[in-house]
Amino acid sequence: MNSQTNETAPEVSQHYKVAFSLRRLVRTNSAQLGILGVFVSLWIIFIASAPNTFLSPQIYSAFMSSIPFFAIMAIPLTIVVVAKEMDLSFPSIMAMGMVAFSFTYDGTAFIGNTTIRVFLAIIAALLAGSIIGWINGIIIVKFGIPSLVVTIGTQFFWRGAVLVLTSGTNFPIEYIKDTIFYPILVGKIGGYFPMQMVWLVVITIIGWVMLNRHRFGAHIYLIGDNINSAELMGVNTGRTRIQAFMLVGLISAFAGVLYSFYVAYFWPSLGSGYLLNTLASVFLGGTSVFGGIGTILGTFLGAFIIGAIEAATVAIGLTGFWTQLIYGFIIVLSVIMHTYLRKRGE
Amino acid sequence: MEYRLELRNVSKSFGEVRALENINFQLGQNEIVGLLGDNGAGKSTLIKIITGYYQPTTGEIYFNDRKVDRLSVPKARELGVETVYQERALAEMQTLWRNIFLGRELCNSMGFLDIQRMRDETHRLMTQSMGFTSHAISPDSRVGKYSGGEKQGVAIVRALFFDAEIIVLDEPTMGLSLKESAKLVNFVRSIKQAGKSAIFIDHNIFHVYNVADRVVVIDRGRVAGEFLTKNIGVSELMEKMVRVAETGNLD
Repeated sequence: MNSQTNETAPEVSQHYKVAFSLRRLVRTNSAQLGILGVFVSLWIIFIASAPNTFLSPQIYSAFMSSIPFFAIMAIPLTIVVVAKEMDLSFPSIMAMGMVAFSFTYDGTAFIGNTTIRVFLAIIAALLAGSIIGWINGIIIVKFGIPSLVVTIGTQFFWRGAVLVLTSGTNFPIEYIKDTIFYPILVGKIGGYFPMQMVWLVVITIIGWVMLNRHRFGAHIYLIGDNINSAELMGVNTGRTRIQAFMLVGLISAFAGVLYSFYVAYFWPSLGSGYLLNTLASVFLGGTSVFGGIGTILGTFLGAFIIGAIEAATVAIGLTGFWTQLIYGFIIVLSVIMHTYLRKRGE
Repeated sequence: MEYRLELRNVSKSFGEVRALENINFQLGQNEIVGLLGDNGAGKSTLIKIITGYYQPTTGEIYFNDRKVDRLSVPKARELGVETVYQERALAEMQTLWRNIFLGRELCNSMGFLDIQRMRDETHRLMTQSMGFTSHAISPDSRVGKYSGGEKQGVAIVRALFFDAEIIVLDEPTMGLSLKESAKLVNFVRSIKQAGKSAIFIDHNIFHVYNVADRVVVIDRGRVAGEFLTKNIGVSELMEKMVRVAETGNLD
């Protein structure tokens, strides 16, 4: 220890570089490689058991149209879980965003131009989602209530709000098909590649950059690892966590818009089937419920595993009753694998 | 005389509990002040007010004779306060470079991290300042598997990397081996030689006596007394400490 180190970040001429080592690469990325292994193994099993289904391009087009609806929410949810928080309210936020959407659309009839009205309605949905996420964050941070408990409450509250505001009715939103937003959000490139998959890739990349290359993500990891240390060292733990919940809100509302556009219909139960799929994607991907550990790529692969199992069980010739059993088996097995890899990596 | 840091009539309450009462505390230019007191006397609370973690209930804080309102952790850092916390304030599942730059990552104006530079700096600090030669320790290794002394080394180097004028050490020898403690005491001396100021808290009265210019005794949230180390013997100081703990009075 000497005292010659007091200048703030002097330039260094020599870069610290380490020679490429496969062993280290494996060790530092064990969680991602682990889930990649599960992904590839399952894929091979699927192809071997149902070659007709899994060697045809149609099944992949189907996966890419159905999986993104919950996979995009799993990305910001990963950020929340890395920060050692939890959010169970996102399915209700999906629906509440669409309520804001339809209220805005109905309330702007005087404009006349459908495209402008739909544009404003999408903005309203995203805004509503962000605000609900902000409210979640404020309750959690300012009152110091565990996020699991808070979001169980807000999940009921916003679902209730959807039912009250729509009187529980469902309605078509066919008019969106006449706007440019329909092909942009849920169209098919070349009649094969679904646009929602493009959105998933975009959100995944943004999520990865935010978590791994931005100060926000650095603080998320530190908060999840040791919130007291983060606070002592001057990290604004409250603001960062509120931002994470706002991201979940924003993206959930976007997922609600995507799904409703896809079916051109609104159901007040929108999103209620996605709760466990989305959570399972996050944990399957190796994100630790204890915080401080988790990757976006793992979640991305996790979502595709979850999404493929249902189709695969049927294609293999098992009845749909088997789906949940296989889900459970693979989730539990993967979580055990992650725990083992984490211990070895230390 | 201009003090580097001064607290005037600082009190801090947590609900009904008065942790500090009317504390007057000064830290001079290039002075090492030892803070002594029994467990629960209020030393850590006082430290956390100086580092901006707690806001005082009443009272005023001056840096270089200029009053500072609403001191926060980032603001205290801007004013040159760096702290080695008792709890070390590390994120153990994260890599070394993330810990070194905890809370003030090097990034561009958009907030994107300059990871290469943080790793370079960490590598330089490791080899030049921390004296880490073990192969197990690299900028990308996780701090959780380090020994107690290595963790403390990280916490200290982190405090030094940034332009510190006042270095606060809260129980830095806790959990350290004898050799590591001796190294630490030498390090506190080097702070003095570098012309900086420091506040040194330790349960080991000998450590404090050996390096401090002045000791301040805290008892039950008050300043019970202060002595220049050149005017008092270590055994006399020890007697007074015991008396304070028992009776609340120095004499």
